[in-house]
Amino acid sequence: MRMKYAAVSFFSGVAFVVVLAAGSPCSAQIDHNITPVTTTAASKIGSMTGHAYGVIDSGAQVYRRYCVGCHGPAGDGNGENAQWIDPKPRDFTAATFKCRSTPTGTLPTDEDLYDSITRGFVNSNMPSWRPLTPELRANLVAMVKSFSPRWQAEKPGTPIQITAETPVTIESVLHGRELFQKMECWKCHGPAGKGDGPSASTLTDSQNNPIKPFNFAAGDRFKCGVTNSDLYRDFMTGLDGTPMPSFADVIKPEEAWDLVHFLRTLQPMDTKERELWKTYAAAHKAYIKPIGPDTGAQ
Amino acid sequence: MKTRYFLALALLVAVSSALVVLAAPPAGNGSITGKVTYTGTPPKMKPIDMSKEPTCAKQHATPVMTENLVTGPGNALQDVVVYISAGAPETSASSQTLRYDQKGCQYLPHVLAMEANQPLEIYNDDQTSHNIHPLAKVNPEWNKSQPPGTPPIQAKYEKPERIPVKCNIHPWMHGYFVVLNTSHYSVTGNDGGFSLKDLPAGKYTVTAWQEQSEPQTQDVTLGAGESKSISFTFKVLPY
Repeated sequence: MRMKYAAVSFFSGVAFVVVLAAGSPCSAQIDHNITPVTTTAASKIGSMTGHAYGVIDSGAQVYRRYCVGCHGPAGDGNGENAQWIDPKPRDFTAATFKCRSTPTGTLPTDEDLYDSITRGFVNSNMPSWRPLTPELRANLVAMVKSFSPRWQAEKPGTPIQITAETPVTIESVLHGRELFQKMECWKCHGPAGKGDGPSASTLTDSQNNPIKPFNFAAGDRFKCGVTNSDLYRDFMTGLDGTPMPSFADVIKPEEAWDLVHFLRTLQPMDTKERELWKTYAAAHKAYIKPIGPDTGAQ
Repeated sequence: MKTRYFLALALLVAVSSALVVLAAPPAGNGSITGKVTYTGTPPKMKPIDMSKEPTCAKQHATPVMTENLVTGPGNALQDVVVYISAGAPETSASSQTLRYDQKGCQYLPHVLAMEANQPLEIYNDDQTSHNIHPLAKVNPEWNKSQPPGTPPIQAKYEKPERIPVKCNIHPWMHGYFVVLNTSHYSVTGNDGGFSLKDLPAGKYTVTAWQEQSEPQTQDVTLGAGESKSISFTFKVLPY
């Protein structure tokens, strides 16, 4: 048994690791029944072929141990803990996922699911599962995919292209601010990004449960990753199953970076974007048009 | 050289289209027509407060009413999709593009019936952004932002499903896509009337669907060229 772990950690450059658990009498503990996934320990799932290496049989065991309480035996999000939880656990039978690299309405890649399991979801009951080995997390991906027939009938969408980030300048921030007004982000996220826009109180997710728009001013981590690229991806793919739509057809890539730079100014952290904006705002106080409903001549 | 090539191509097209005509099932001339009515007291539709979206509010002289159950004169029921749910001759999906409008913060039409795989174009005619969010369960669920002046969104649904459509920015906006696997359907207007045409002789199941009622079905047997009249009556409650 020890050998198995040693093997996994040593095979850093080999694509296929086959360790036979032959003759292993111990099956009481979950670790002992793992069929190692055919990936190197260092590589992330899917980075080689774009398809899961996960093993459902092992995934099922891990799922029963760690996931079933909330996501339920049928994967429909109706586990016994679900009634106490808000936001509700994901319903895997719908195969609709918030954090994707793929266009709205398409299935996520295995890597997207792997990243979600690894990251967990901030402000929800879903913790980070980083303590599980990469192999176990990969097997969970395979398990998650077993709950909906869509995975047999469809392929994951083609990940959206994220262009190289443009320089952080005050022009970029200001243009991003214009976009925040023009694309009406403020209607849900609020003029100051506090999640208190005019439509905020009416929002529901696709299961008809109330849902809050992201509050940038709280300084929370973003749901689908903390980097600028993650933020870019969020509004280009949309968060499926929630009111957050995709802007991929209406925001150009260079504009998208401007919006990212502006969104950073809404957070309470000391970023370059925020520094630039503070300086600008102090110098142009009288000229800055507030974000919100057009209060000009009717 | 080129002309000869084109001639050959034209001939090929002509022959193949002739084959298609031959292979196609006989388009009958029978029909099923009728009227959808209600009994009971229909719920009162409520005026929609659009004051949060002045560009929409000013498009309506009188407030727009909710549309969950729209009635017409003579107890007629509007926005009911009547379609052949079984027995219809198989046809390939219509390639005619359907148009769906977001105008004055309303969906026009409120209920849009379409065939599976029929192309659909969604327009934003307003001075405000909409996010169009069809809450599909069988088909993939997507959600797209459509600011004013942007080109129509192209869409298509592969599987039959009744899909509620909403705009999260304007929570009163509410409509339905009804995706069917038949070209024989009709959506009732203010007179509650429907008509299913071009039916060959056969045994059919006709379904009538209203968004907040249980769907109803009736079996109809048509002879060649026969026209039959049927009616659907929905029991409605005031709440």
